Amino acid sequence: MSQTDLSAAPGGTAQNASSQATGQSVSSPHVEFIDVRKTYDGETLVVKNLNLEIQRGEFLTLLGPSGSGKTTSLMMLAGFEVPTSGDIRLAGRSIARLPPHRRDIGMVFQNYALFPHMTVAENLAFPLSVRKMPKAEIGERVAKALGMVHLSQLGGRRPAELSGGQQQRVALARALVFDPQLVLMDEPLGALDKQLREHMQLEIKHIHESLGVTVVYVTHDQTEALTMSDRIAVFNNGIIQQIDLPDRIYQQPCNSFVANFIGENNRLNGIVREVSGGICRVELKTGQSVFAAAVAAHEPGQPTTLSIRPERIGFQPTQDEAVTSLEARVLERIYLGDHLRLRLAVADAEDFMVKVPFADSAEAFQTGHAVSVCWAAKDCRALDPV
Amino acid sequence: MTAPTVPRDSSLQASSGGLKAELRRTQRRRKLEAVALVAPLFLFLAVFFLAPIAAMLFRSLDNSELPSAMPRTAEVLRAWDGAGLPPEPVFATFASELAAGQKARNLAGVAKRLTYELPNMRSALFATARALPEQPDGTWQKTLTGANAVWGEPATWAVMRRAAAPFTPLYLLAAVDREMDANGNIVSVAPDRAIYVDIFIRTFWIAIVVTVVCLFLGYPLAYKLASLPPRIANLLMILVLLPFWTSILVRTGAWVVLLQREGPINETLQTLGLITEPLQLVYNRVGVYVAMVHILLPFMILPLYSVMKGISPAYVRAATSLGATPFTAFRRVYLPQTVPGIGAGGLLVFILGVGYYITPALVGGAGDQMVSYFVAFFTNQTINWGMAAALGSVLLVATLVLYWIYAKLVGVDGMKMG
Repeated sequence: MSQTDLSAAPGGTAQNASSQATGQSVSSPHVEFIDVRKTYDGETLVVKNLNLEIQRGEFLTLLGPSGSGKTTSLMMLAGFEVPTSGDIRLAGRSIARLPPHRRDIGMVFQNYALFPHMTVAENLAFPLSVRKMPKAEIGERVAKALGMVHLSQLGGRRPAELSGGQQQRVALARALVFDPQLVLMDEPLGALDKQLREHMQLEIKHIHESLGVTVVYVTHDQTEALTMSDRIAVFNNGIIQQIDLPDRIYQQPCNSFVANFIGENNRLNGIVREVSGGICRVELKTGQSVFAAAVAAHEPGQPTTLSIRPERIGFQPTQDEAVTSLEARVLERIYLGDHLRLRLAVADAEDFMVKVPFADSAEAFQTGHAVSVCWAAKDCRALDPV
Repeated sequence: MTAPTVPRDSSLQASSGGLKAELRRTQRRRKLEAVALVAPLFLFLAVFFLAPIAAMLFRSLDNSELPSAMPRTAEVLRAWDGAGLPPEPVFATFASELAAGQKARNLAGVAKRLTYELPNMRSALFATARALPEQPDGTWQKTLTGANAVWGEPATWAVMRRAAAPFTPLYLLAAVDREMDANGNIVSVAPDRAIYVDIFIRTFWIAIVVTVVCLFLGYPLAYKLASLPPRIANLLMILVLLPFWTSILVRTGAWVVLLQREGPINETLQTLGLITEPLQLVYNRVGVYVAMVHILLPFMILPLYSVMKGISPAYVRAATSLGATPFTAFRRVYLPQTVPGIGAGGLLVFILGVGYYITPALVGGAGDQMVSYFVAFFTNQTINWGMAAALGSVLLVATLVLYWIYAKLVGVDGMKMG
């Protein structure tokens, strides 16, 4: 797997959004990882040479499977893990040797870590009282924070008396109540059911927008990452595979790992035959030729894996040069109400999925029917072979 | 449209009635199962634990020596109003039963019982019994008083009357250094005989010191064990439990060897030049503390460890991420969550420590003996079971009171044994 875009500049839109939100200069990043490496056993690197810049006010998601190094990176930023080498800077100041309690970083933990022996209000007052804030101000701030997460009535309850969603809100309020400039979230919605999770995604996004804090969010749920983030960093094997805006991560994955990890993906294996002007011609194992965007295909003879999103595939063949058209057979028809999913046999692949928006013509697709599928060359990406 | 509703309703009721009966049947089976599972242990506890405790509590009030040896005397003594000297029939009944008792040789119990209150009664009773004529010389009162002058004293008969009662507070009063005077008032015993209150205070003090020392030694160790990876933690836990593999007698004996004047500890300290004279480490309070802490430490570590094992490291992390220094995080977040373990461990060590006998008896001096020593003394040496039972009862009640205070302060649910 190739390592690309390691120190990719933040996407233009994110930068603009953050500068509007905080009204501060974007010249210096809020958080910087510089050549950070981390190993636990001295043999394998959990994080390999991480370089990352996070802008003030940005919502950055670290996305990846478990063991990819995303949580370790977050823990190094929080101060619970020490980098083996490299430096981490917060607002231009090195924090690699600063203990966690002096970093002033809010954190939402995976299982909330609400103090079970304190009430909700006492939990929220904790970061303020350790900062020796006067009692009256603590009360004011706690009430405000409870109002922000719509829990004003529950200040006297113990965490164990709250539902999972309410505990999640308390954890969020506690991480924000002392006005940190940076908030870290470690899979905060992992313990919630689907509906509540989707609701909380939006709520966290709204809080982020209204407060303008920088958020670094860790998750293994790609939908969550796409919904909430300004930018997404996709981790695998201790390396950032791609860091980009959500739509570019989805539509323009730069390698096969990203293409497969984010969203649904159809793969076809072949050999590059010609490369010209960013477009390449790939010969499939069955001998058919397919045109694709040459992302990781540089010279003829190279093996490659093509990646096509299910919703980019159509059924009307045209004579356009840039459109590939292939014969296919319907193997399975899955009715999903608002759309239809078809599993097709295309070339040597038998798990080629296509999404058909539901229309009257959809009656035509029945198991066993022969159809022809087509796509634009720019929607088919020739990536590293799998 | 009303017609179909009626049968539907009735069918609902019928089925719900059947449902209830079915539920009851299932629950009955469950209950029987539960009873069957608990019954063996319950019977065992009832026979070998609850019954002996009840017998002990009863024994501390038991006053059956005189009534069983002299039933009729006991009866007439109880009927007497207790003022001055008893009337002639009491003397007559007493004389006849004394003679009968002398023949049957069953006066020892009565003599012992009377001696607890009047030290010279034993010899007086036996001398009178031996010298008693068949017929009275005039009245029995005169005859008895003639045989021994004590029978002419109202104080003797006040004691006799108290010994005739079915129950006596004598032992319980003695256990807290109180006694009854001739008029039946409760008064403190003479200061030179008042020893038990001091012994109770000493017993609880030793138990408290041992508990506190165990807590301060055990807490950091339990914390370290709980934060180590399981493989190493299990290994170290075996070392913690190692003392349990040897007999308490052997361990206490080993402390005597280690701590004595020519023992390895004194020799090492002298070789290092830290002391010039050997320290007195054994047959005094230091020896008792050292040996008891060593033996009771695992009882502190185990509940602490099990509670700490259940505290996620995320809490302390969360506290530090919220700006608490490591010490504040410990004091305000970690420590409060270990209170159930401290409570359970403390209570366990304290209650075991309060009842300690063999260790203080072997490594302590005369001034370091605890209540249990005196219980054993009265049981084995002087065969005064009433006194032994009374000391045990007072200890039990005092411990229950302390537990009650603890439960009020911390709450019973604020305790976790494991």
